[in-house]
Amino acid sequence: MTYIRPNFRHPALPRNELGYTRRDYEGALSTLCAGCGHDSVSGAIIQACFELAIPPHRVGKLSGIGCSSKTPTYFLGRSHGFNTVHGRMPSVATGAALANRELVYIGVSGDGDTASIGLGQFAHVIRRNLDMLYIVENNGCYGLTKGQDSATADVGSASKKGVPNPYPPIDLCAMALDLGATFVARSFSGDKRQLVPLIKAGIAHRGFAFIDVISPCVTFNNTPQSTKSYDYVREHLASTGTLDFVPVRQEITADYEAGYTEEVTLHDGSVIHLYKEPDLDVHDRHAALRAIREHKEAGRILTGLLYVDPDSADLHEVLQTVKTPLRDLTAKELCPGSRALDAINASKR
Amino acid sequence: MKPTDIRDPEFFHRVIDCQYACPAHTPVPEYIRLIAQGRYDEAYLINWESNVFPGVLGRTCDRPCEPACRRGRVDEEPVAICRLKRVAADYRNEERIRARLPKAHRRKNGKKVALVGAGPASLTVARDLAPLGYELHLFDDQAKAGGFMRSQIPAFRLPEEVLDTEVGYILELGVVTHFKRYVESLRELLEADYDAIFVGTGAPRGRDLKNLPGRKEADPYVHIGIEWLASVAFGHVESIAKRVIVLGGGNTAMDCCRTARRLGGEDVKVIVRSPFAEMKASPWEKEDAMNEGIPIIDNHVPKEFVVENGRLVGMRFEKVRAVYDDEGRRSLVPTGEPPAFYPCDEVIIAIGQENAFPWIERDVGVVFDKWGLPVLDKETFQSTNPKVFFGGDAAFGPANIITAVAHGHQAAISIHLFLSGRSVHDRPPPQVNLVSQKMGIHEWSYDNEVDDDDRYRVPHADLEVALRDRRVEVELGFDPATAYREAERCLNCDVQTVFTAERCIECDACVDICPTDCINFVEDEEDEAALRKKLRAPADNLDQPLYVGGPLKTGRIMVKDENVCLHCGLCAERCPTAAWDMQKFLYNVTKAAPLCSL
Repeated sequence: MTYIRPNFRHPALPRNELGYTRRDYEGALSTLCAGCGHDSVSGAIIQACFELAIPPHRVGKLSGIGCSSKTPTYFLGRSHGFNTVHGRMPSVATGAALANRELVYIGVSGDGDTASIGLGQFAHVIRRNLDMLYIVENNGCYGLTKGQDSATADVGSASKKGVPNPYPPIDLCAMALDLGATFVARSFSGDKRQLVPLIKAGIAHRGFAFIDVISPCVTFNNTPQSTKSYDYVREHLASTGTLDFVPVRQEITADYEAGYTEEVTLHDGSVIHLYKEPDLDVHDRHAALRAIREHKEAGRILTGLLYVDPDSADLHEVLQTVKTPLRDLTAKELCPGSRALDAINASKR
Repeated sequence: MKPTDIRDPEFFHRVIDCQYACPAHTPVPEYIRLIAQGRYDEAYLINWESNVFPGVLGRTCDRPCEPACRRGRVDEEPVAICRLKRVAADYRNEERIRARLPKAHRRKNGKKVALVGAGPASLTVARDLAPLGYELHLFDDQAKAGGFMRSQIPAFRLPEEVLDTEVGYILELGVVTHFKRYVESLRELLEADYDAIFVGTGAPRGRDLKNLPGRKEADPYVHIGIEWLASVAFGHVESIAKRVIVLGGGNTAMDCCRTARRLGGEDVKVIVRSPFAEMKASPWEKEDAMNEGIPIIDNHVPKEFVVENGRLVGMRFEKVRAVYDDEGRRSLVPTGEPPAFYPCDEVIIAIGQENAFPWIERDVGVVFDKWGLPVLDKETFQSTNPKVFFGGDAAFGPANIITAVAHGHQAAISIHLFLSGRSVHDRPPPQVNLVSQKMGIHEWSYDNEVDDDDRYRVPHADLEVALRDRRVEVELGFDPATAYREAERCLNCDVQTVFTAERCIECDACVDICPTDCINFVEDEEDEAALRKKLRAPADNLDQPLYVGGPLKTGRIMVKDENVCLHCGLCAERCPTAAWDMQKFLYNVTKAAPLCSL
C-alpha cells in the first residue's frame, strides 16, 4: 500500500523565469478518487502558475467544503491556503484581498459549495468585482456525501443511483453574467489545452474572473445517463474557439500560432489571442447569455471564453483602498492622531 | 504512429535496461527482489541458470548492466547489480542449492561432443548439454578447469574456492575431463568419433612490444601480462622486483599492477598511452588500483627499454596528447616535450591479447577471415565446418566472461539442434510471462515505493592486510542488511506499465500523477521524431522506446516515453478504469535444456 509519491523527477524538466520547474508548484498527493476531474483541474492550475512564473509564496488559495474544496492541498504546496466554512469562501477571500492586495487569489469551489449553500456569497462576490480567480469544479453531484444530485445537475440527468433529476439546473456562467461578472468562461477538466490559458487569463484579469469547469465525478456521476460524464461532455462539447494567453513580459515569438481573429489586452498589459468565429463578440454580455442559452437548447455545452471586460473597476478601485498591505502599515499610519481626527470631523460639519 | 505491439517480447525486454544490456540477459530485477526478500537460494538459481557463474561474476563481471541501469538516469549512480549478485552467492545454502541442481543424465543419448578449452564458454556448453544425455569430453592444457577465470583473475579478486565450487557444479554433471592435455590438431579430433566439436580456447596470446628498442636485451626483466598472471596463479612466480612498470590501460593491466604490489613491488606504476578517461579498464578497477598506492600515468607512449650492463634500468616514454578529428577519431600527437624516463627493475606488458589457432589445420573446412578469426554464423556460432562450433573469446575476439557464457548458451542450442537433425537456424523463442501485480487499490505484489538511498559502498579489507597476501580477498561483499538497502534501490523495471486503449476515458489522471512526466495524450504524428517533440518532458534519449497506445475516443494517442519511468505504479493506482496495469514481465533466454526447478 502506498500513498507515497517518489521524489525523483524528470532530469530535464523545463524551468520558468524564476528557475522553478512545474514540480515546484505541486502540492501533496491527492486523496480524491482515481480519475477525478478535480485532479486534472489541479494539474491545470499547476501548469498555469508555472507558465506565468508566479512566485508560489505570492498566491493565496481559498476554498470551502467538498471534494473540490479539498484540492488546494494538492497544488501549490508552497502557497498560502485557507479552507473556509462551507460556502463562505468568498467572504474570507474578500477579507484577505482587502488586507493584502499584493497576492494572487485563487478560489476553488464546487457546485454544492457555490450553487447551493454558498449561492448568496457567490452572488455578492460577483457584484463587488473582487480581484480574484474563482473556479467551480462542477460535477453535478455531491460526491463527498455519496453522490446526491446537486443544483447544477440537468433535468433528466441520472447519477449512479439511476433516478433522473427532476429540478432545473442553475447555470453558474449565466448567473455570473447576469450579476455583472467581468470575466466569464466555461471549460472541461479533460481539456487542458483550453483550460490552462483560461486560468492564466483569469489570473491576469483585474476583477472577478469566473471559470465553470465541468469536472466529472468518476465514482458517482460518470454514468451513461449523466450529462456530466466524460463521454457525454466530450460528445456534446461546443467551443467559442481556442485561445492563447500572452503574458505581458513575454516577447511575442513564433511560439504562438498565427491567425487569431481577435486580441484582447488585459489591464496589466497581457494579451489574449482568440481564435474564434468573427461574429462572436466576447465583449457583449447579452450575446454571451444568448449563446449559452442557444447551445443549451441545441443540447450542447458551450465552452471557452464567454465574456470579458478588461477595464472594469474592481473592489479596490471602488473602495479606494490603500495600496499597501495592512500588515505593512505602521501605528503612525493607522492612528494618525487627534489632529487628523479633528480634520476629518471638521470636513463633515 | 502505429500502436506499440506489446506481444513482441522484445519491446518490454528493452524496457528492462539491465537485462537487455546483459549479454546473457539475466533477469536482474527478478533476482534483486528475491535478495530483498532474503531468498538467496532462488536468487542464486536464477543467476546460475542464466549466467552459470554467479559467485565468479558477482566479483568479476564487466557489468554492462550497470551503465544501462535506469536508476543512473534519475539518480546519481546505478544499482550495484554486480555486488548484489555476489550477495546471492555468498548467502546461499550450499546443501539446498545442490539438491536443486540438475543431475547427470542417467541414460546417455549416444552422441559425443568434444569441448576444447575449459573456460567459461566450454563450461557453459557442457552444463547446457549434460542434462540432455550428451557424452561430453572437456580438454584443457591446465590441471584444472576455469580457463582465464583461473589464470587471469587474481585470487584477491576471486578466491579459488569460489571458482572451484562453481566449476564443480558443471564437472559433476558427468563431464569427462582431459586436463593437462593440449589439443594439437583439430583434424585428429575430427577423425575421432566426436559428433560435434566446440572450440572455446579464448584469446591466449598476449601482445608484445617486439620492435621497441632494447626489448631483446631487456627480455629477462620483461613479462607478458596474461602469461605472468597465469604463472602467479599456478604458483610458478612468487615475487617481483621493487620497482615495476605496468604498460597498458585495460583490466589486465590493473590486475597485473595490483598483483605486483602483493609480490614485493613497492614502487609500481601503470603507464598508458591514452588519456586516463579513455582507458579500457573499468572505472572501479582503476579506482581499486589507485587506492593501493599505484599511480596511473597517462598520455605516455613507450619508446625504449633502457638497459645498462645487461640490466634493465628503466623505460623512456614520449609524451603525447589526444587530438580528435571531425568524426571523433583519436590520434595521439607528441607534445614535443623531452622524453620522460622512469626507472624500473621489471616491466609487465599488458596491452591486449590476440586470438591464435595454431592447432587448427587450415584444410579441415574451418575458414578464417583476414584477422585470423573463424568465419562464423553470428547467431548459431557454427563455423564453415558444420561439425565445429566456436564461442567465447575464440569466436569474435577478446570480450569478457559474461559474453563467453552467452555464446556458450547459443552454441549449445546449435549443437543440440544439429545433432537432433534439425536446422540450427530453428532457434527457440524466449520464454516470457506477463502477469498483473495488482492486489488491491493501492497494493501491488512488488514493493513499488521508490527509495531515495544513494548507492552503498562495498567494504574493503584493510589495505595493509590485503597487500601482504595475494590470496586475501579485497572486497568483503555486502552484509545482508546493506544488501537489502541496496536491493531496495532497484526500480523494478520488469514490472511493466501495460496500457489498454479500449478502457481509457482520457481523464488525465495518469498524466497528472506521473512523477517523471512520462505519459502524454497527444494528437498523432506520422513519425517518431515529430512525436517526441510534442511530449511534456524532453524525450531526447533515442535509445529508449516510446510506448504508443490508441487511437483513443478523441482521436488522440497515448504516448509514454519509457526513458525515466520509475515503475512506481502511480499511473495504475490513479487510473479509474484499469486502463493502466502493472504487469511483471519475465523474459528468459531459452537454453538447450530445462535446468532447474525455480
